[in-house]
Amino acid sequence: MSLQSLDIKRRSATTTPPPSVRGEVIGGGVAKLIDTTKCIGCKACQVACMEWNDLRDEIGSNVGVYDNPADLTDQSWTVMRFSEYENPAGDLEWLIRKDGCMHCEDPGCLKACPSPGAIVQYNNGIVDFHEEHCIGCGYCITGCPFDVPRISKKDSKAYKCTLCSDRVAVGQEPACVKTCPTGAIVFGTKEDMKKHADDRIVDLKSRGFDNAGLYDPAGVGGTHVMYVLHHADKPGLYNDLPKEPRISPMVGLWKGITKPLGTAAMALAVLTGFFHYIRSGPIETDEEDERKAREMIDE
Amino acid sequence: MNKEREPRLIQRYTTSQRINHWIIAITFVMLALSGLALFHPAFYWLTNLFGGGVWTRILHPFVGVLMFVCFAIFIVRLFRHNLFARRDAEWLKHIGDMLENREENLPEAGRYNAGQKLLFFALIFLMLGLLLTGLVMWRSYFSGFFPIWGIRLASLLHALFAFLMICAIIVHIYAGIWVKGSVRAMTRGTVTPGWAWKHHRAWLRQLRGGTPDKRG
Repeated sequence: MSLQSLDIKRRSATTTPPPSVRGEVIGGGVAKLIDTTKCIGCKACQVACMEWNDLRDEIGSNVGVYDNPADLTDQSWTVMRFSEYENPAGDLEWLIRKDGCMHCEDPGCLKACPSPGAIVQYNNGIVDFHEEHCIGCGYCITGCPFDVPRISKKDSKAYKCTLCSDRVAVGQEPACVKTCPTGAIVFGTKEDMKKHADDRIVDLKSRGFDNAGLYDPAGVGGTHVMYVLHHADKPGLYNDLPKEPRISPMVGLWKGITKPLGTAAMALAVLTGFFHYIRSGPIETDEEDERKAREMIDE
Repeated sequence: MNKEREPRLIQRYTTSQRINHWIIAITFVMLALSGLALFHPAFYWLTNLFGGGVWTRILHPFVGVLMFVCFAIFIVRLFRHNLFARRDAEWLKHIGDMLENREENLPEAGRYNAGQKLLFFALIFLMLGLLLTGLVMWRSYFSGFFPIWGIRLASLLHALFAFLMICAIIVHIYAGIWVKGSVRAMTRGTVTPGWAWKHHRAWLRQLRGGTPDKRG
């Protein structure tokens, strides 16, 4: 999406260091904090996302729940997920979670991507797809612990939330943050957002939400999109938000040690053959063999 | 060498078997190159051979299906010649002698020796594995039918099977370079009687009409 070639921390399918002359970003990069306890489910963030990114999903049909569209798509990079939870006191809680890319510090999509530079992570932590390099293999979907990327049926490219990298690059907050009418979505440095979350959690605890907490899962190195949850002990209540997300060990193996080890072993196999030939030479058939063969045939 | 002494050549593969083999070989090379391109960034430049990354991604699975179909036909044709016989165990015990070019210490081989038979069954297993895992990974058509853990497992296994397959084919190609007179069996269809006597004596004996051994 963007052209900040000096601000890239990680680059897909690249084994050499990306441009890193500028060094670390202060404040732990940027982060978007989504306070589920303040969300009223108005979907203004979805509209703002569509508007800023110029996306128009197909008009769907009502599937019996408030979620609209029913899932993330190549045109819908964020979706409100509505969960009805009956708490132990017997009261109904309407838990609403704005779903979309979590911008993992250790991104599974980037790890899995085979196309150099199709996925990058900026120094500020934003994980961005560069669709012009995308080959449409879908490995990012295989690698993502949150089931976020979607391949377009129109162009077979993968799309997801950019955290409005283009807006952030010029000092603006993401479109969803800008539009949120209740201030449930805030944006700043990751450190500031954690502090803000702490204040919110103290407030929530004073109101009886003993398990209120911040969702910033360590298994993926933390995320640059974080949630304040009333029930941080049970993230699964929020439409199956994973409790301890991490890059699957199968993806880790597939995209980790397997690559250098497999390559080395194949090279070794070729070299073994070559040196066997140098040492032992070929097996040839000589006149004597032909004579013995004739003897056998003529027997 | 006068004309009378010129050995009569022995047919080892028919024309259609040879065409079948080389379609498998060409598709294998295409698959190995395109697969490696998507496996390790060091090989990504190989996508240029296929018209870029997107074309590599599009072509690889279709070529894979073509290879599998041709391979299946090949397998059916050669299956009965590759069943293990008692002498194969003995042959494998002496595989060290084979590698030291002391073939005289090995028991007679039929149409295929035990090493070739092992490769044959390894390839059947790997081809099947690659087909099944490849279908699960085929995002455009099939991945949607499988759970995410299945796609992850298939991706890992596909890489593993492909790695083993490439190693197996390296052995196969090297055997052709090492044992002189073998390649012509697949290019011209024929071998010299001396070659058959030296490497597949039981097969030659069978061709001559003695000691019937349908397991070849």
